[in-house]
Amino acid sequence: MTEVRRIVAVSAGLSTPSSTRLLADRLTGAAERALGERGLKADVRVVELREVAHDIVNAMLTRVPTGDLPAILDDVSAADGVVAVTPVFSASYSGLFKAFFDVVEPEALDGTPVLVGATGGSPRHSLVLEHALRPLFSHTRSVVVPTGVYAASADWGADGEGARELDDRVGRAARQLALLAADHASGERDSRADPVDFADLMDGLGR
Amino acid sequence: MQFGIFSVSDVTTDPTTGRTPTEAERVKAMVAIALKAEEVGLDVFASGEHHNPPFVASSPTTMLGYIAARTERLVLSTATTLITTNDPVKIAEDFAMLQHLADGRVDLMMGRGNTGPVYPWFGRDIRQGIPLALENYHLLHRLWREEAVDWEGKFRTPLQGFTSTPRPLDGVPPFVWHGSIRSPEIAEQAAYYGDGFFHNNIFWPATHTRKLISLYRRRFEHYGHGRADQAYVGLGGQVFMRKNSQDAVKEFRPYFDHAPVYGGGPSLEEFTRETPLTVGSPQEVIDRTLTFREQFGDYQRQLFLMDHAGLPLKTVLEQLDILGEEVVPVLREEFAARKPAHVPDAPDHASLLAAKGTDEEAVS
Repeated sequence: MTEVRRIVAVSAGLSTPSSTRLLADRLTGAAERALGERGLKADVRVVELREVAHDIVNAMLTRVPTGDLPAILDDVSAADGVVAVTPVFSASYSGLFKAFFDVVEPEALDGTPVLVGATGGSPRHSLVLEHALRPLFSHTRSVVVPTGVYAASADWGADGEGARELDDRVGRAARQLALLAADHASGERDSRADPVDFADLMDGLGR
Repeated sequence: MQFGIFSVSDVTTDPTTGRTPTEAERVKAMVAIALKAEEVGLDVFASGEHHNPPFVASSPTTMLGYIAARTERLVLSTATTLITTNDPVKIAEDFAMLQHLADGRVDLMMGRGNTGPVYPWFGRDIRQGIPLALENYHLLHRLWREEAVDWEGKFRTPLQGFTSTPRPLDGVPPFVWHGSIRSPEIAEQAAYYGDGFFHNNIFWPATHTRKLISLYRRRFEHYGHGRADQAYVGLGGQVFMRKNSQDAVKEFRPYFDHAPVYGGGPSLEEFTRETPLTVGSPQEVIDRTLTFREQFGDYQRQLFLMDHAGLPLKTVLEQLDILGEEVVPVLREEFAARKPAHVPDAPDHASLLAAKGTDEEAVS
């Protein structure tokens, strides 16, 4: 039986169709092929944050995850690889994108490979990957793959060399994600299932 | 099975009248609510502990001592006592004193609090929350059980040959619950000592609550205190009742919509679907509360949050009448009928004293 790696793509695009979703699909498609080359099967779930936007606000205000959000949070924490793609709004990731990762449990992405992607109207915001997304996922203790993918509007109509550039970056980033996801320990990390022994908790404390 | 209420002691403006009670009114209202709890046949009144406005309950044993003098049966408890920022020596002394005054009608619930600045206000570091809860409780546990304590820990100044007074009533320390909504370390701690574990599930979906409780049960058995289904579990609950369901919803909605804790968030309907909040008829509250047993197993203590969000005292007292007259008697019967014989009740002073006698006979 072929081993499975769970890939969850989080897309913060707002329109339908959105170029953010388009990029997320390109990345997950490439990741699926790259895992396939390693003899692994990909189980891909794409999350459109727009569909749970109100639930994200509910969770932020009351910590109560409503609607489909609890299942999505479970999938994210159980993922072997996350593809996180946001449109650039006001020089950074969108508020919805950040709000979602604010309600993800702090330890949920610890050690999880993350591929960061962003879309924007002009190529001049491409460093958003480096100054906004990469630090966010460093904070969550994720392993951010070296190649992030930024797609400007013009990239979607590029020909020749330009078209290959986006394609190449997508492929390279996906191969890096697959490399890490292949080795990612499968199964959900849950300290509620596997507690630290009391004696270890008391280590260094007064008895 | 014990039924009771717990209060966070918030001073909140009534959104329907714009009136804000004074602190004096709120303090006296909490006492009136506790007395009512005994009058309508509830078992437990628990006070929160807070050190900032808009809360008044900074000094729980003062209030509980006063209530003790005016009640006969009610068990006086806390929800929660801050084990992180209070000196465990003072907790040992305050609650032993309360035990004597209340003839043993005392237990308490340890918690870490939900207000970050309380740590620095009391000279502590919030990043040490779990180690503080672990070490401080370990000292408290020893102070109630050993006559002369030598102690050196990471947080508190050392003690040499220290005796906390008064000694616990009849040599029996108050039963302790450990409250936590998200920390497996605290479930592990409760299991290690064979203490109770209270999950204030009122803001949490059942799936989350179940994981922590089942961890506590499993580890309770691991540490040899009994079977997993014999562990001591307490749960929160939040209800608003009127004879007709629609009347309850109509009356409670403005309080829900403006409550500091959930205003602007999920709708009342979403919140009642996802959390234990039940707004409806007494029968709906009965049905909902019985589902807790199905979700989390047989449990020993059910505390309801009744006085909050600016609800006027008159309304809260009416709610307690309904709870005591129409809901709890049915729940007692239904829970008793479902509970297997080997599942214990929540420990109280009498049962702990009896158990101590048995242990001493076994030793001699």
